Amino acid sequence: MNWVWIGSNLDLIWGRILEHLALSAPPIVIGFLLSIPLGYWASRSKTARSVLLTLGGILYTIPSIALLVLVPVTLGFAILNPLNVVLALTVYAVAIMVRSAADAFSSTSRDVLSSATAIGFSRAQRFFQVELPLAGPVLLAGLRVVSVSTVSLVSVGSVIGVDSLGSFFTDAFQRQFPTEAIVGIVAILLIAALFDVILVLIGRVLLPWNRTRRAAPARAYLRPVGSS
Amino acid sequence: MNLFVQAFAWIFDGSHWVSGPNIWQRLGETLWVSGISVLISVVIAVPIGVAIGHTGRGRSAAILISNAARALPTLGLLSLLILLMGIGVLPPVIVLVILGIPPTLAGAYAGVEAVDRQTIDAARALGMTEWQIITRVELPLAANLLVGGIRATALQTVATLTVASYFAFGGLGLYLVNGLAQADYVQMLAGAVLVTALALLVDGAFAIVQRLVVPRGVARGRVDPDGPQKRARAPRPRALQEGMQS
Repeated sequence: MNWVWIGSNLDLIWGRILEHLALSAPPIVIGFLLSIPLGYWASRSKTARSVLLTLGGILYTIPSIALLVLVPVTLGFAILNPLNVVLALTVYAVAIMVRSAADAFSSTSRDVLSSATAIGFSRAQRFFQVELPLAGPVLLAGLRVVSVSTVSLVSVGSVIGVDSLGSFFTDAFQRQFPTEAIVGIVAILLIAALFDVILVLIGRVLLPWNRTRRAAPARAYLRPVGSS
Repeated sequence: MNLFVQAFAWIFDGSHWVSGPNIWQRLGETLWVSGISVLISVVIAVPIGVAIGHTGRGRSAAILISNAARALPTLGLLSLLILLMGIGVLPPVIVLVILGIPPTLAGAYAGVEAVDRQTIDAARALGMTEWQIITRVELPLAANLLVGGIRATALQTVATLTVASYFAFGGLGLYLVNGLAQADYVQMLAGAVLVTALALLVDGAFAIVQRLVVPRGVARGRVDPDGPQKRARAPRPRALQEGMQS
């Protein structure tokens, strides 16, 4: 561990952190926003559900490094375009998140929906005031998974030449300099933790009824089939 | 899109399958190293997962570790280990095992835990020992989720190994990495297509195994991933195995 290097390269490290944030935040946000309508659709139609989940499963199966080069070739972008990383990670985010969203919306009880309709909610009101809030905890749990994995996956972009904290890993290898790798790993873990804390806090504010069961979202998500 | 045509032509060019370091050889490297890694992960994770599921203890620790492992950047871990241990098979195997344990562990404990308490009580009332309960009741009933966990591990292992090609490990990913380095986009794309095909094949093979291991007589809802019974229940544990790929 070379502390002197860290001390004299704080600017570089900070710059890479910013690059990393810029590449990881958009896929998480866009993936979440896209998965809400898709997941809702999947929860309403059996056909849509099987098509979307199968497609998501297949896209998710593509190794990240392959997806990173398939995206530019398919869309005609330059290989080094940072947009490739954002797009590829958005694909993963949607692939993971659609399943969560579909599960979240499917779990709303029919009675609750009927009650909302009976007291005069329009479809839009019902969605925004009843279904979305009720789906909140499961959506949040899914989003936390997406967030952590996206932050970690951004680093793979450095293999195709898109700079992020991952560039410390490729540099470390080429220059035989482990300190860089350690700095990158620690920084990525910190960003992942930071994003997770932010998401949990947003959850506390937006889903106050969930607070009594603080650990509930993650737990509910991890609860195995059949024990609910 | 023309590049795709060229990439497929590259793949189907017979010379890439026979002479020199050919596709078979690269495929062999990938399969050998992923096979070993998955095997070690399974040997470590299944007993621990079954123990957690059976006793109900240590679950929060397992969840915590799984979540932390998800945040670990594969690329960083690989480069660090290679710098510390030198280029070879060992660093990728260690990384693959570390990252491969959580999904199988989760599948194992989720599967065992999901077994109906009454079924276990019935087995106990019949005079089965704890060991018999585990091997004859819990494991068969947990098989579907357990194999689902191994499936996630295998998929992730194959995908991560592609990244390892960057660090002078051979494997199918080498075509992708070399193509990229030489700006030979046909070779790069051919590599991407090959790794993707392998990942899909591995995933498909495990999907079939997952169906086969469900004991006869177990509710069909358990088998059909999108069956109606399933939907009414909690999210599939596969969700917790996702998001770990590299």
